[in-house]
Amino acid sequence: MAHIQLLNDQLPGIVGLLDYRRETAQPLSALAEILLRGDSTLSSGEREMIASYVSFKNECHFCHSSHGAAAAAHLNKDANFLDDIKLGFVKTPVSAKLRTLLNIAAHVQQGGKKVTEADIAAARKEGATDREIHDTVLIAAAFCMYNRYVDGLGTWAPPGNDAYMPMGEKLAKEGYMVY
Amino acid sequence: MPHIPLDVNLPGITGILNYRTETALPIRQLTQILLRGDSTLTEGERELIATVVSYGNECQFCTAAHTAAADILLGEKGTAEKVKKDPLHAPVSEKMKGLLDIARAVQVSGKNVTTTLIDKAKAAGATDREIHDTVLIAALFSLYNRLVDGFASVTPPEPAFYERLAVILRDKGYLPSENRYAGLKA
Repeated sequence: MAHIQLLNDQLPGIVGLLDYRRETAQPLSALAEILLRGDSTLSSGEREMIASYVSFKNECHFCHSSHGAAAAAHLNKDANFLDDIKLGFVKTPVSAKLRTLLNIAAHVQQGGKKVTEADIAAARKEGATDREIHDTVLIAAAFCMYNRYVDGLGTWAPPGNDAYMPMGEKLAKEGYMVY
Repeated sequence: MPHIPLDVNLPGITGILNYRTETALPIRQLTQILLRGDSTLTEGERELIATVVSYGNECQFCTAAHTAAADILLGEKGTAEKVKKDPLHAPVSEKMKGLLDIARAVQVSGKNVTTTLIDKAKAAGATDREIHDTVLIAALFSLYNRLVDGFASVTPPEPAFYERLAVILRDKGYLPSENRYAGLKA
């Protein structure tokens, strides 16, 4: 049970929270939409991988699984992909550039001060642009917010991977402004 | 030096939000609703929540900025100092103590918010909506603090800078505004 009385306690994770306070839901959803589905030289699949990876490191099962499933939908992967995210993508081919961006995201998750000059230099060496670095840091920081919102209010999350696959499909196709 | 090219006249978060205004807009809107919108918590109390989270994340820019904002809204400097360094004896209500404890837990991890912390805040009179907003403010500053330090943005050393910024935050709030940072220059 969530720490507060939601309007509809059947709604899992952030969905119940967005429903609880519509006014804050609007900018929260708009930010996810721009970051994960807006104009970018990174694909939506790559950006959802960053989101899911950070959420896994924050131990937020709902966000890890729902964004992992969104990445899977973009990249035509099955539910096993969610487990590979936990391992740091050992089975999934990841470009050298995306590896360096995932490294930056992992450091942002630990704390802003953990991002080093060397992390940034490594990303630039693989061709990452300022804008890609900016968006990676912001996606990672944004998921440190979403993850804390979801777990800090004690929302419930379906266990396992499979329940999230239709959710990921919907996020990938319809986006974040429908909630 | 910041990790990406930011306007040298806009230190801390200001240059980062200016770097990509499209993503900055929903972040600003969220902040305006949470820190200045309708609430049973005062603006000063909500700035204290932002302050303790930034302090916990050791984000000097955000700590100084929101301490200055809390000071100017509360009309004194003692409370913000105490909630950071001696929270047990801070001159705030038991309800605020409970909410600030929740915010400190969120700063570390959402999973650290226990039913004990929630029950304590509720027993001191905190409503569900106040608890919701406290968690979301703390989560939002977990984002801000990571932006400021994740880009290694500039942290001005002089306290007067933050006093000028606090006037802007008091008078103009958090939404984009014309000549927003005109008052930042000494």
